[in-house]
Amino acid sequence: MSAVPASVPESAELNPVTTDLQALYRDSGIDDVLTQLDAELIGLAPVKLRIREIAALLLVDKARRTLGLSAGAPSLHMSFTGNPGTGKTTVAMRMAEILHRLGYIRSNHLIAVTRDDLVGQYIGHTAPKTKEVLKRAMGGVLFIDEAYYLYRPENERDYGQEVIEILLQVMENQRDDLVVIVAGYKDRMETFFRSNPGMASRVAHHLDFPDYGVDELLQIAQLLVARIDYRFDDASLQAMREYIALRIRQPHFANARSIRNALDRSRLRQAGRLFARAGDGVSLDRDSLMTIAAEDVLASRVFSGGRDLAGFSGNTKD
Amino acid sequence: MMTNTGARVTQGQFSFLPDLTDVQITAQINYALKNNWAVSVEYTDDPHPRNTYWEMYGNPMFDLKDAAGILQEINACRKTFPNHYVRVMAFDSTRGVESPAMSYIVNRPQNEPGFALTRQEVAGRQLRYTVTSYAVDKPEGERY
Repeated sequence: MSAVPASVPESAELNPVTTDLQALYRDSGIDDVLTQLDAELIGLAPVKLRIREIAALLLVDKARRTLGLSAGAPSLHMSFTGNPGTGKTTVAMRMAEILHRLGYIRSNHLIAVTRDDLVGQYIGHTAPKTKEVLKRAMGGVLFIDEAYYLYRPENERDYGQEVIEILLQVMENQRDDLVVIVAGYKDRMETFFRSNPGMASRVAHHLDFPDYGVDELLQIAQLLVARIDYRFDDASLQAMREYIALRIRQPHFANARSIRNALDRSRLRQAGRLFARAGDGVSLDRDSLMTIAAEDVLASRVFSGGRDLAGFSGNTKD
Repeated sequence: MMTNTGARVTQGQFSFLPDLTDVQITAQINYALKNNWAVSVEYTDDPHPRNTYWEMYGNPMFDLKDAAGILQEINACRKTFPNHYVRVMAFDSTRGVESPAMSYIVNRPQNEPGFALTRQEVAGRQLRYTVTSYAVDKPEGERY
């Protein structure tokens, strides 16, 4: 909320001389979304700051419009860069909601696509396919994951170039109809923008998603287990911290996604442990069904120096 | 006596009004989308009142959630067939209804010659009436 200046004094709503930014802020309901963003997304301080700035800009624009000042629709196409599992897709989903609350887009919907959905298989197939996707995304947000795959410099006859041209045209001419968010790994996106200057100049906002630290990942783990009615006890929390510290240094570490995979495996081990005990005729209470014990975490191969199974799935989307 | 002085084809909704603007069409599409009707675009150069089945321009847009995409399709159809009749339909797929809920013309030829009324005398001084468009003597695609 600090990013939204409150310099304009309180006044009547229909007063043509002043406008109440605070009231606009309250009415937009954007506060709920931003608070939720803070509560559910751990870390990502630069990303949250930028989202607040965009929200503030749109509110100020709205205020300007009420006073009759010119407020050309700002270009809101964005690029999300960051390593796997840093929350790019999650934030894109939220972005659709934020822009909708602020009245920038007409409906709160996000169409997530990859190269496959845009590029056709033969000459003349690409344009209709891309236009079909664009039509579906109209009024909302089009999220292109791993956008750098659209550009294949090694094959000059690749149809991806055609997609980029159609995209550029729509991004320029129908700015108030849809917002395009391209996402991908940082270095490859940089190459993508360097080789497509038209794209680079039309994307105004570049958001870089930093990697998470151990503490942040632990918070994420707690959030994830709480969401599915599990919990850590003190010992397993400590074990989880050690696990994260080890896992973070291994190859194919995919931030929050690796943590989620690790939790899934811990649940598997917990279920196995409970099942083994059930043979002894011990009945289970609510507590033991919910708690992930330290041994469930410590049984991971990461602790014995081996790679955890996440190594094989760390880079793939699910 | 001519009852339809402009000789404009009047079928579907709004056909006695001046042509709808894009803004008005958008408002109509939004109404259809609000009711979960699937909007589709059709064209023909044979506007006989009994010609129910016009040609489809693309598929019905079941998956579009916003009017901008549909308007784009309408404009593409007008551009392809500037001298045809183009109409926008909204299909209500509710079980038990399953029929068009809206239908209005969004594009018409520059010049609409209207219809001829043919009277055929049959046995016993009976008369049979037939309505024929002046435009349909020529083959399809060259009529307007």
